[in-house]
Amino acid sequence: MTQPAGTCPNCGAKIVFRWSSSVQTVCEYCKSILVRTDVDLQKVGQVADLPPDSSPIQVGTEGTYNHKGFVAIGRIIYEYEQGSWNEWHLMLNDGTSGWLSDAQDEYAVSFAAPGRKLPEAGQCQVGQSFMWDNQRYDVTTLTAAHYRGVQGELPFQYWDKEDVTFVDLRSETGKFATIDYSDEKPALYLGEMVEFEELALKNLRTFEGWS
Amino acid sequence: MSSSGPTPPGKPQVKALNCPGCGATLTVRSFGNAITIVCDSCHSILDAKDPNLQILQKFKVATGEYQPLIPLGTRGKIRGADYEVIGFERRTIQVDGIPYSWHEYVLFNPYKGFRYLTEYNGHWNDTSILKALPTVQKYTSAPTVKYLGETYKHFQTAKAETSFVLGEFPWQVRVGESAEVTDYVSPPRVLSSEQTGTEVTWSMGEYMSGKDVWTAFRLRGDPPEAVGVYENQPSPLSSDTKTIWLAFAAFLLVLVVMMIGFDLLARNEQVFSGSYKFDSREHAEASFVTDDFELKGHTSNVEVDTSTDLNNRWIYVNYALINEETGQAFDFGREVSYYHGYDSDGSWSEGGQNDSVAVPSVPPGRYYLRVEPEGDPGYGVTYYTVTVKRDVPQYSFYGLALLALLAPAVLLTWRTLSFEHLRWAESDHPPIKLGNSDDD
Repeated sequence: MTQPAGTCPNCGAKIVFRWSSSVQTVCEYCKSILVRTDVDLQKVGQVADLPPDSSPIQVGTEGTYNHKGFVAIGRIIYEYEQGSWNEWHLMLNDGTSGWLSDAQDEYAVSFAAPGRKLPEAGQCQVGQSFMWDNQRYDVTTLTAAHYRGVQGELPFQYWDKEDVTFVDLRSETGKFATIDYSDEKPALYLGEMVEFEELALKNLRTFEGWS
Repeated sequence: MSSSGPTPPGKPQVKALNCPGCGATLTVRSFGNAITIVCDSCHSILDAKDPNLQILQKFKVATGEYQPLIPLGTRGKIRGADYEVIGFERRTIQVDGIPYSWHEYVLFNPYKGFRYLTEYNGHWNDTSILKALPTVQKYTSAPTVKYLGETYKHFQTAKAETSFVLGEFPWQVRVGESAEVTDYVSPPRVLSSEQTGTEVTWSMGEYMSGKDVWTAFRLRGDPPEAVGVYENQPSPLSSDTKTIWLAFAAFLLVLVVMMIGFDLLARNEQVFSGSYKFDSREHAEASFVTDDFELKGHTSNVEVDTSTDLNNRWIYVNYALINEETGQAFDFGREVSYYHGYDSDGSWSEGGQNDSVAVPSVPPGRYYLRVEPEGDPGYGVTYYTVTVKRDVPQYSFYGLALLALLAPAVLLTWRTLSFEHLRWAESDHPPIKLGNSDDD
């Protein structure tokens, strides 16, 4: 796979995409948010300083899910009243992309599941059930979150959000679903809760006093 | 990322901050995962997400300090991973007006996140948040919860109030706040739901002994002794009950096989029979010896049967089974008596006309019997027959063996049942109504 490259229109630094389908990235030097067009890279915004964060995952962290290797190539950071969480954008070695969410070191892997019938925003209540792919999911939390920042490569443009509503669902088998109401059309992600050690993560951050 | 390129995010460090309430140094151990931090000097509950550590609540300690048994900052190994104690809270429920308190320790690992240790009266639980959704069957008389194929029985529902806090918490903690806590048990595990408003959090605890906690955290001294039976404490016997009944079944099978086998293999051979007349009125020595007979095979038992025509009488027969060659003698006496009659309760009888006795472990060889009957001089004539049988299957052994096997199994089962009784006596579903007993 050839790695598409370019230069940052803001500072001239070299920009390399790890994933050919990435739509957006953030310049590592000047923190400009860059969107790929057919011709070049366009600066669409700037990332404010990211909040101090305690995720053990970083851009470049590698792991395994379902016998497929992956690497974390970007993330979206959200804040809500109970703190913040990260949605790490994963590039899998079969060319697909997925998400690894890390909320206070609780991990879930999920994948975009388009084409399913979804409830409208504001129609969901805790305890409600939905069936997707012959699996029942119960709504467990409604989260009013704020977009807080982005880093690295993302499969879509994501930089001008403010308040975002998420509906989280769980199943009796440990499956996990989330409905993202940040766009006009809600987006569904299906996946499962995972244990840290199941992912066999490498190239993690280190913590003072911990090995 | 090239090394000459952008600066990577700094290594998260243990931060030292100062409490805005009293200025005391606060150690932040969870690298930004904490939502609230409690100052242990002035008991201010601080907003860990706020750079200025805004004071959210100040609480008074009414009944004095509660010192955690495992000090904050202590590291231990749980399921192979290191965890550090970063928070401690005391929670209290009221049952029939009596307060019961337990303690929760917040454990943290920067990669694996949070787990909890709970302690009540010396009983410990290793607790973590559930990943899957449990199914509650609450509309039955005794509610149960199914989780990953296992059924948990409802134990207790109570309102738990937070009465003391220390250190860091990954949630908004306040003293005086309460949640409805419901426990469902399947020893050694317990599923707990905590409800505040509409939010329900499920966790699973697994019973740990104080000794294991002390080993995991390398604590000095001895853990507090566990008092009573805890809701999800595994019965020290219950696994053994199954084993012992299985063993019992196995031994029973062996016994039956032995019984059938020995029955088939036994010679069960009549080697001698003689009929005699005993006249108790004769004063002469009644003793006599029989013809000799051969006892064949290996060393085994010899059965001597005495059958009589007694009718409301008794005789006593002294026997000696004597080896012709060695002179070895087996002496034994048998009383045969048979009485019967009729009274206001109807007919009755006692004893019988026949008697049978087994002489164990008689070596093979040529033997004869010396027989000496005795009786009441007034009785007159008694006719009796003496029969000798070699290698006769004995069933009483099997009955005794059965009893010997049954006793421990029954005892263990009874002890297990009483353990379960003690467990459930503390629940919302006590096995029997306890009167106004004042034991807790």
